[in-house]
Amino acid sequence: MRTTQKRNTWFTYALVIAAFAITQGFVQSGNITSTLKGQLVPICAYVVMAVSLNLTVGVLGELSLGHAGFMSVGAFSGVVACMSLADAIPSEPIRLVVGIVIGAVCAGLAGVLVGIPVLRLNGDYLAIVTLAFGEIIKNLINCLSVGVDARGLHFSFLSNASALNLGEGGKIIINGPMGISGIPKLSTFTAGFILILVTLFIVMNLVNSRAGRAIMALRDNRIAAESVGIPITKYKLMAFVTSAALAGAAGTLYALNFSTIVASKFNFNTSILILVYVVLGGLGNIWGSVVAATVLTILPEMLRGFNDYRMLLYAIVLILVMLATNNVRIRNTFHTLRGRFKKTSKEGASDEQ
Amino acid sequence: MSSNTRLVPVPATNFIPERDIDKQPILEARNLGIDFGGLTAVDAFNFAVSPTEIAGLIGPNGAGKTTIFNLLSKVYRPTRGTILLEGRDTLDMTTVQANRAGIARTFQNIRLFNNLTVEDNIKLGLHNHIKYGMISGILRLPNYWTEEKAARERVPELLNIFNMEFMSQYRAGALPYGAQRRLEIVRALATGPKVLLLDEPAAGMNPSETAELMENIVKVRDTFQIAIILIEHDMNLVMGICEGICVLNFGKVIAKGTPEEIQNNPAVIEAYLGKQKEVGSNAESN
Repeated sequence: MRTTQKRNTWFTYALVIAAFAITQGFVQSGNITSTLKGQLVPICAYVVMAVSLNLTVGVLGELSLGHAGFMSVGAFSGVVACMSLADAIPSEPIRLVVGIVIGAVCAGLAGVLVGIPVLRLNGDYLAIVTLAFGEIIKNLINCLSVGVDARGLHFSFLSNASALNLGEGGKIIINGPMGISGIPKLSTFTAGFILILVTLFIVMNLVNSRAGRAIMALRDNRIAAESVGIPITKYKLMAFVTSAALAGAAGTLYALNFSTIVASKFNFNTSILILVYVVLGGLGNIWGSVVAATVLTILPEMLRGFNDYRMLLYAIVLILVMLATNNVRIRNTFHTLRGRFKKTSKEGASDEQ
Repeated sequence: MSSNTRLVPVPATNFIPERDIDKQPILEARNLGIDFGGLTAVDAFNFAVSPTEIAGLIGPNGAGKTTIFNLLSKVYRPTRGTILLEGRDTLDMTTVQANRAGIARTFQNIRLFNNLTVEDNIKLGLHNHIKYGMISGILRLPNYWTEEKAARERVPELLNIFNMEFMSQYRAGALPYGAQRRLEIVRALATGPKVLLLDEPAAGMNPSETAELMENIVKVRDTFQIAIILIEHDMNLVMGICEGICVLNFGKVIAKGTPEEIQNNPAVIEAYLGKQKEVGSNAESN
């Protein structure tokens, strides 16, 4: 089990690095469609989202239906930071990193606010509250105006930019329901790749440590976990806040790839979409989330040729994948194949000796 | 072993083995009681366990034995009375704090971390003895490596009690029933308890497994020098290894004493078998 865990960890890193290298090769040689090229950063953001949600849903075992809400918090706070620090930090990569960190911290704080009251309860309350949180955040940001001038940041909830009382040379960043426009395109595919690696590093090292064991113990048996002296709320909160912070980082990365961003982009559908990635990739299976997020983001583009039937085919593919992964016969075939593979590799090893 | 144990009163309503007469009881319940709504599940429960005693808690189904375990491990808050651990009141403790203070337990219906390995289950028992935080874990700082290594070396030592080292990489949920029960005991021992509460450790075991378990419980007591309280319906086990026995019926203590005293106590025979008049002469042969 330990060795499989280790092998899974290295497999996940290798998978991501290989995928990056191959894609980078295609981009360099120009053998990539412009639509797919435009999808590269969103794919990275969705992979980070899926991996972070897997920490809540797969590892902690609590259902979260508002992951896009944390993405939204991260997106808007990160972009505001990047735009208001445009003069202070001229270097674009550093500004991107600062933006991502601020996005992660803000989303993490939102995670603490949601988590402290809810994670004390047992059952499906987290699903209900995160669902509400996603909607509330969307509506709050729709009303929010933020501007910056020489005196610093100005906030207003009147959805009227003139209420900001900006001084001379001040500029509006978030303009109510119009969202943010004129975002500098700081995100690059390489930045997304690095963020994926950092996310994998954080999530997989957390899972394979004392804290991660405690989190999985809560999922398996809460009462037993308490009886061996594991404080439940602390570890629930730890997993949930880490997950939220990583979603915030993904949100900043995502937003800095587009020139305009509006709050309604991060709606319930986005949350469900990410949940689909996690479920399809396998609960608790990190590399599964990476693959599912990538494939399911590219798939609608690939199916564009089918025009009107695109989303229908998308749904059919989802159903087929679910049937295939749950089919006893197919799973048994995989098991025997794997067993045979193991046997041959073992025989090979004994031959060497 | 039980044959040469003599119970002595300390304080007035409690009994502990003679060898521990000048030691403070490790765990003491005084006038403990709990009501669920209008139902009094446990009432006026007085009980003391000396630091190295194996004590038994027996009684018919529904007598309140597991409720007492839940009270002692702070899952329930008592309505009346106090629980003293090494003379300190445990009133405001949570289950987690009670475990850190030295009360570990197993469950009647086994509660393991089924999707984790045997090794991870025991490492979770060692959770509060492994000292590094979340950041050290993520960044793999030096104390992560030293602490994890120490824990990894401790696991086979603990599994050795039940000769289970070879199982350390098995998934806990996939273990046979008897091994799951033993693993739960090992996990409880890993927390470094002063008092170990075993809720029906021999349930579902065959006679030879039970005999082995009896030896192992005594071995655990001798090696770790801890007190063990066990709930059990297997009278061979209870009479074989317990020094002091407390019999409950309908939430009240009906008898206390050594195994010999309990076996001959008319109130106990009545609780288990009914009144002599109704059962007739069969009661004596049992």
